Amino acid sequence: MPIKREITEKLVQKLFMFIAMASITILFLIMIFIFNEGFPIFKTVSINEFIFGHYWYPTSEPSDFGIFTLIAASVLVTGFSAVLSIPLGVMTAIYLAEIATKKVSEIAKPVVELLAALPSVVIGFFGMVVVAPFLQEVFKIPTGLNLFNAALMLAFMSIPTICSISEDALHSVPVALKEASMALGATHLETILRVILPASISGISTAVILGMSRAIGETMVVLMVAGGAAALPESIFDPVRPMPASIASEIAEAPVGGEHYHALFAIGVVLFIFTFFFNVVADHIAYKYKQIGEASL
Amino acid sequence: MADSTLNKSLKKKTSSKKFDIKTDLNADGNVFGLQRRKLNQFFAFSLFRVATVINGIALFIIIYFMVTRGWRAITWTFLTQAPTDSMTKGGIFPCIIGTFYLSMGAILITMPIGIISAVYLNEYARPGRILRLIRLGINNLAGVPSVVFGLFGMAFFVVTLKMGVSLLAGALTLGVMSLPVVIGATEEALKAVPDTYREASLGLGATRWQTIRKVVLPCALPGILTGAILALSRAAGETAPIMFTGAVFFTPCTPASIFDEVMALPYHIYVLATAGTEIEATRHLQYGTALVLIGLVLGMNLIAIIYRSRLRSRMN
Repeated sequence: MPIKREITEKLVQKLFMFIAMASITILFLIMIFIFNEGFPIFKTVSINEFIFGHYWYPTSEPSDFGIFTLIAASVLVTGFSAVLSIPLGVMTAIYLAEIATKKVSEIAKPVVELLAALPSVVIGFFGMVVVAPFLQEVFKIPTGLNLFNAALMLAFMSIPTICSISEDALHSVPVALKEASMALGATHLETILRVILPASISGISTAVILGMSRAIGETMVVLMVAGGAAALPESIFDPVRPMPASIASEIAEAPVGGEHYHALFAIGVVLFIFTFFFNVVADHIAYKYKQIGEASL
Repeated sequence: MADSTLNKSLKKKTSSKKFDIKTDLNADGNVFGLQRRKLNQFFAFSLFRVATVINGIALFIIIYFMVTRGWRAITWTFLTQAPTDSMTKGGIFPCIIGTFYLSMGAILITMPIGIISAVYLNEYARPGRILRLIRLGINNLAGVPSVVFGLFGMAFFVVTLKMGVSLLAGALTLGVMSLPVVIGATEEALKAVPDTYREASLGLGATRWQTIRKVVLPCALPGILTGAILALSRAAGETAPIMFTGAVFFTPCTPASIFDEVMALPYHIYVLATAGTEIEATRHLQYGTALVLIGLVLGMNLIAIIYRSRLRSRMN
């Protein structure tokens, strides 16, 4: 006859496992609901027309539901922001993990954390009222709300993600490797470039992918700063309309259950698939190339 | 460049098979072009330093503009009154209250689930399929774009569960979004508790659950609280998840029940800055609201950061 506390022990363990399933359950619920609300649009347009169609006129009669320009805008904005955020994020991580003295990193780390903590609406607002007029004046362009501005703002939102995950990866490289390299006469820079970076490349790749995943899903910044024109941009200073911006700005006017409503959920599905793909790849890299001791190098 | 010199010198060295003082070590002790390699290192490190400083500059510029342009708007009336004259005058009191309710609600919903999940992952679960599945769930939940959380909240809480656009639906959506943050922070706090504590307790005959309740959780509590503050600040600053589920542009009064709509600081900034006919006239209010939001969010973060670093130094 088991005593009471043993029964409690069993019950607690089962209960906790059940509750821990909440996150995967919620993920499933999210998928079910956005897919369920998004798929009815494919009764009106084919998947091909939806994804590769160039015209997004959801409210006109007859309406057009082609989101190619929106996808292109999202990819371009994320791509351009990555050009800035990857080098800056990784270099900051190297500085914090390898070069900075303890005192410096005690100040620099909170700075990166506070940058991560800035609400996206504030960054969007800053891009609108400070950066946009500045760009307009300097480059003599008709509007400062454009692809370039959005990419710039997004870069500073993904740098902290890239930086903090890369830093963890750099820290996890065994000290023995570094010491061996230095003892062989390599300079600190050579050790970083030839030993520490290659050893932590899987962690840094994860960091970069997660940073870009954050950038492509970021809503408020592109909603306020990207300009909102659903057309393919001809230059980096053209206004664009990335996917999250379309969803956020139109859902309030789309009647629940209508074609437009379903189309916006279908955009949500596309966006979800993008980020899900990024995350699965990042997860796979982190899991497969996990650094275990020094043997796996 | 540096490595080609190194290779060349090495090759020379191995081919001649003896140390040649003239090629390998010149008069001023410049081994394998060491001076140039040191110079390369200096430039590269300076570049890394500049990259780090750019982050600081970005943060500084954003805060600088919000403070210098916003502080004049912040008066007692601004903080304690409702908006008047179709939003062009008055204050943001309902938004502060709304943001408080929304983020507190979100944390109250998400903390129990998050802490229990983390305890299970860190204390009970063994490596295997279930653990991998739960991890996959958390990682992907953390990566779901905020606007998709908004869509989900709208389809699930607002429409299917018939909560309507309400404080409850908004808080639930924010809570779901904060779950990975809470789990991550709690796990970190649990990992920081030394295993010897657990072993001592188990060795005295306590069950696992008794050990967790009496030893592990009390030790990890400060770390968990830090995580809660961070999650709270993140929930307070989010806009996209609440714009279709809980927040509205204007309600005449503060919410009386959880089924009322609320106003919120982030949504207020967005609407004032982008919609309506009075964008220029309300510019100072926008800066003021942004400053209040930054103050709240960064304040909470600073408290968490300082608290955490004290905690760490105490542990060492």
